[in-house]
Amino acid sequence: MNSLDPQTPLNALYEAKGTVHNRRIDGPFRRFKWAMMIVTLAIYYVTPWIRWDRGPYAPDQAVLVDLVHRRFYMFGIEIWPHEFYFVAGLLIMAGIGLFLVTSAVGRAWCGYACPQTVWTDLFQHVDRFVDGDRFARQKLDAAPWTWSKVARRAFKWSIYLFIGFWTGGAWIMYFADAPTLVHDFWRGEAAPAAYITVAVLTLTTVTLGGFMREQVCIYMCPWPRIQTAMMDEKSLLVTYKDWRGEPRGSVKKAEKHPGMFGDCIDCTMCVQVCPTGIDIREGPQIGCITCALCIDACDRVMAEVGRPRGLIDYATLEDCEAEAAGAPPRPAWKALLRPRTIAYLLIWSSIGLAMLFALGARSHAGLSVAPDRNPPFMLLSDGSVRNAYTLRLRNMATRPRRMSVSLEGLPGAAMWTDLTERADAARSLAVTVPADSTRSVRAYVVAPAATPQSEFSFAVTTLDAARESQRVVTNFETPTGERP
Amino acid sequence: MANKRVDQPTGTETVGHEWDGIEELDTPMPRWWLWTFYLTIAWALVYVVLYPAWPLIDQGTEGVLGWTSRGQLAKDMTLADQAKRSVGEAIAATDIEKLPGKPELMRQAIAGGRAAFRVHCSQCHGSGAAGSQTLGYPNLNDDDWLWGGDLTSIEYTIANGVRQPEGDDRRQGEMPPFEGVFDTAQLTALAEHVLSLSGKAKPNRVGAQIFADNCTSCHGSNGEGDRAQGAPRLNDAIWLYGGTREDIARQVLRPRVGRMPAWQDKLDPVTIKMLAAYVHSLGGGETAVARGADPAAKVDEQP
Repeated sequence: MNSLDPQTPLNALYEAKGTVHNRRIDGPFRRFKWAMMIVTLAIYYVTPWIRWDRGPYAPDQAVLVDLVHRRFYMFGIEIWPHEFYFVAGLLIMAGIGLFLVTSAVGRAWCGYACPQTVWTDLFQHVDRFVDGDRFARQKLDAAPWTWSKVARRAFKWSIYLFIGFWTGGAWIMYFADAPTLVHDFWRGEAAPAAYITVAVLTLTTVTLGGFMREQVCIYMCPWPRIQTAMMDEKSLLVTYKDWRGEPRGSVKKAEKHPGMFGDCIDCTMCVQVCPTGIDIREGPQIGCITCALCIDACDRVMAEVGRPRGLIDYATLEDCEAEAAGAPPRPAWKALLRPRTIAYLLIWSSIGLAMLFALGARSHAGLSVAPDRNPPFMLLSDGSVRNAYTLRLRNMATRPRRMSVSLEGLPGAAMWTDLTERADAARSLAVTVPADSTRSVRAYVVAPAATPQSEFSFAVTTLDAARESQRVVTNFETPTGERP
Repeated sequence: MANKRVDQPTGTETVGHEWDGIEELDTPMPRWWLWTFYLTIAWALVYVVLYPAWPLIDQGTEGVLGWTSRGQLAKDMTLADQAKRSVGEAIAATDIEKLPGKPELMRQAIAGGRAAFRVHCSQCHGSGAAGSQTLGYPNLNDDDWLWGGDLTSIEYTIANGVRQPEGDDRRQGEMPPFEGVFDTAQLTALAEHVLSLSGKAKPNRVGAQIFADNCTSCHGSNGEGDRAQGAPRLNDAIWLYGGTREDIARQVLRPRVGRMPAWQDKLDPVTIKMLAAYVHSLGGGETAVARGADPAAKVDEQP
């Protein structure tokens, strides 16, 4: 920030900068970024179209967040709302996973996998495709609004809109059966929420990816700030090795005054290729997403001028200091393994294992019991006492199942339901619960006159090969009001 | 205006006033804020044209869409009624004794009855339908019925009410007061005998004789009651007005009897049917006994 510029207030939190027109570069990191972009976009666009057979009673979409029926499907796993802690566990894993990645490879998430980075990269490729590389784009930006410029901008922005629309369009596929939704969407029969979501996501994608780009990373995203607190001298960074590069000077100058200049020839290629428009030679900074395109650029230049590669390179600050002091460069992969990384890995994988275990061990049948409180008990004409309960039977299997509900304890007691009569009373009853749903049963339990106030249980058992069962302890209230 | 100038350190123009050397910077509104503000004005203009907005002397401006909150409510209520119509028609087309044979329809009838019960019945019978012994409102959860506990009888009772002067004579039975008829010893013996019917006291000859002379015509020789007259069973564990000796003696001297409105004047037959299904489902419902000799027990189902 230039404090002498009268137009920029001293306390400004925002630095007005022109559009970043980053230059095309090729190299290993650029190719890795291409691969990551293809993989992440493919995952995003293709996932909802993967089919997964669950039988006739459940949707056949592999990944589906069914908000209407309150079910979450992910391949072989189905989660009900009461099991939302699994999603919380996934979020915790995602959080710790980010810590793990940061501890091991620094801001690799920011550089390669973050949606903001991937879409920004995509939009920058669109810019390059329509308007040409850096200098052509800069020239066009400065040019007056001729018809040809209007036509180019209209063409570019319509591609932006197209990308934004497909981004939003793919998002809604996760929330409904994808082929049906596409059909309904184009016929204007989909839910209003679908159109609104697509519109909103089109707008945000075009705004954030097409126009705001690096400003999202620098001004809006909390993650660079959090990461700043997690970085230390052992974190892997994209670093300019200033002890080697400084003072800067062109090849000609260096030839004229040998020994006076460092390796940096001040060609500014590292600045030109940077997608966030920073100068890495100023040191580690919040705008650096460590995408390493500057390493590709610098290595290329160093090769051309016949100097060793790695003037800008992945390195830890500790290694940099050691290297500056004369130690040989340490390979970057050695920075991957350190106690903190291993600790994060252990925490992350133990949460994952615990969740897998919980998923495998959970029961697909369940029972909850709500005793009537009004009235708590009922005296019958023969002097016996009746309590009423609302039972909710849960069948999480994707097929209808017959379940038996029986009384355990409470000698002499019997039960019937609101659809039967006391003459049908028995110690147990069988109920068919539809596939993947719950069924409410009102149960009347009658016990002989002398029964004391006591605890007993309802036990539910599935009448299929699985024989899943659950017991729920509840109270039997009597007029005596005394507990034994 | 006085001397406006640009404040050098901040680069912002001042408003041009100066008070004892203190000047105010004319910091412009953030543009996003201004544009949001203009947008709300534009929105308000459109809204004023489309929707009711300005209060006038008699009533407000109506808006070109013609929208009103009452109209919205009416529309929503109509939609809700339409959604319920098919169930209502199915229930209307089904005789009440046939309802248990259609479990899904029965379930819906019970659910509808539960809602109607909260509105029309809970004032006396309580939200849990447990009634009140002190106030004399019958408990509907138990298996003791004054006028019959099968679906048809319950529906008939709800439709015609109990002891309504203009109602039909099938729900009219009254108990005569016996004040001044018995002396204290006779009354005690009678109460003792009534309690003995359900095994809560020892039988005695004086009470048994009084009971045989005065009570058996309605309550039966063993106190089994008579549903045709609404005479309660005396040989069970359930007492509408209390089961102590004092309660029984008081009821003999100055009997209290309950009344219930005839709901067919206020509710449609479907609602009455659903209420009957709900009351029957509370746990004490009986199977309808085929009573060929009693065709009057049927209610006209046509709305």
